[in-house]
Amino acid sequence: MGFVAFIEHAVKKPVFGCRMCGQCVLHDTGMTCPMTCPKTLRNGPCGGVRENGRCEVKPEMRCVWVKAEERSRTLPLLPASWRGHIDELRQPVDNRLSGTSSWANLLSGRDKESPEGWQQAPREEPAA
Amino acid sequence: MTTLRELVAAGDRRILTGEAPSVDAGTLASFGERISEMARWVDAMNATDNTAAHAHASNVACAIAIAQAGVEPILQVVCRDKNRIACQADIMGAALHDVHNICCLTGDDVTAGDEPEARRVFDLDGPQLIRVATSLASGRYLSGRKIDPAPPLFVGAVENAGAPPLDYRARRAAKKISAGARFLQLQICYHPDRLEAFVGALHEQGLTERAAILPAIVLVRGPRPLAFMDREVPGIDVPAETIARIERADDPAEAAYQLALEQARHALSLPGVRGLHLTDFRHDGSLSRLCTDLDMAPKEERRSDAHRSHIPV
Repeated sequence: MGFVAFIEHAVKKPVFGCRMCGQCVLHDTGMTCPMTCPKTLRNGPCGGVRENGRCEVKPEMRCVWVKAEERSRTLPLLPASWRGHIDELRQPVDNRLSGTSSWANLLSGRDKESPEGWQQAPREEPAA
Repeated sequence: MTTLRELVAAGDRRILTGEAPSVDAGTLASFGERISEMARWVDAMNATDNTAAHAHASNVACAIAIAQAGVEPILQVVCRDKNRIACQADIMGAALHDVHNICCLTGDDVTAGDEPEARRVFDLDGPQLIRVATSLASGRYLSGRKIDPAPPLFVGAVENAGAPPLDYRARRAAKKISAGARFLQLQICYHPDRLEAFVGALHEQGLTERAAILPAIVLVRGPRPLAFMDREVPGIDVPAETIARIERADDPAEAAYQLALEQARHALSLPGVRGLHLTDFRHDGSLSRLCTDLDMAPKEERRSDAHRSHIPV
């Protein structure tokens, strides 16, 4: 782990439970890390969320996506333009970036790179 | 033969899909017998992918068996057990056998099954898998490598209208439709108000024009399976009064049937609903009875009716 990654982990681990996926989407998900979901889902909750809003896998834990959805609406200081980002389709995780600094990957644009098939699949108008 | 894709494109409002039972043992002949009742009624049948995180005969093998039994198969692909390479291989392998309907699921967790010590994969999630399948249909593997000719896939997905966060479920369905889903088979929902709100939100946004919404109906024998689902299947909540109503009935098996019929009628009455997705745990002829009570003819008769899509519900 490089120096930047070390600092990033030191800051984000205690606050967000950061898993150092290297392609941070916290700002799109109500500052709730989707990698803390036991299924590491990046596009919303699975169908197994319990009636009390708790996780299918870890019933002692509140569903990460129940939290993310709520916080994307209610978190103070979250820029208004970020609140709708939760509805965007996030690309599959690039497992090569695991353990690297998402800050560095953000600056270099590396975290936005996606496979050609992903980019070229027919795009449709998202719902209003 | 009218395919599921054609029925969806034609705006048919009485599409029936069904869940084939999972296969643990036996031969093609015994599988054919087990699905024979459902085969008479449904337009297409799901080949499940290790349901409830239990190992079963594979999704691709079952899809081929369904086709061999004369029914149009829907290949379920679940993200729990296979990485992105294997998921694409499932879809392309099935396409080689003319299986073209793909239903993309995130999947139950391994802890729901009988081998909770297994490694969970989830290399993709459900919405990402939809887009990957859409990419295959457009002639490219996820990597970008060309597929020529592209397989004529018809991609769909699932959604649970009844699980929290309730207000977000229609938005998640919208994401799946944007990713390329053309049909959505819903999880069984014992809260009619939740189903209504979910379908209503999609209908308001015009999304029911873009994807066929197929609420689930599950035929069970009595109150015990309802209580089991409520207790053991995360994401399914059965209100205590619903279970009590079946329990108190003079004939609980009949009451459980009537509940399913009531759910089916309600679902079909909702604007934007295009049919039903059926699961039969009764195996006592109730599936035929349900379809008959809903004024649906067997598949062959429905298909010979040129005015089918204009039958008012």
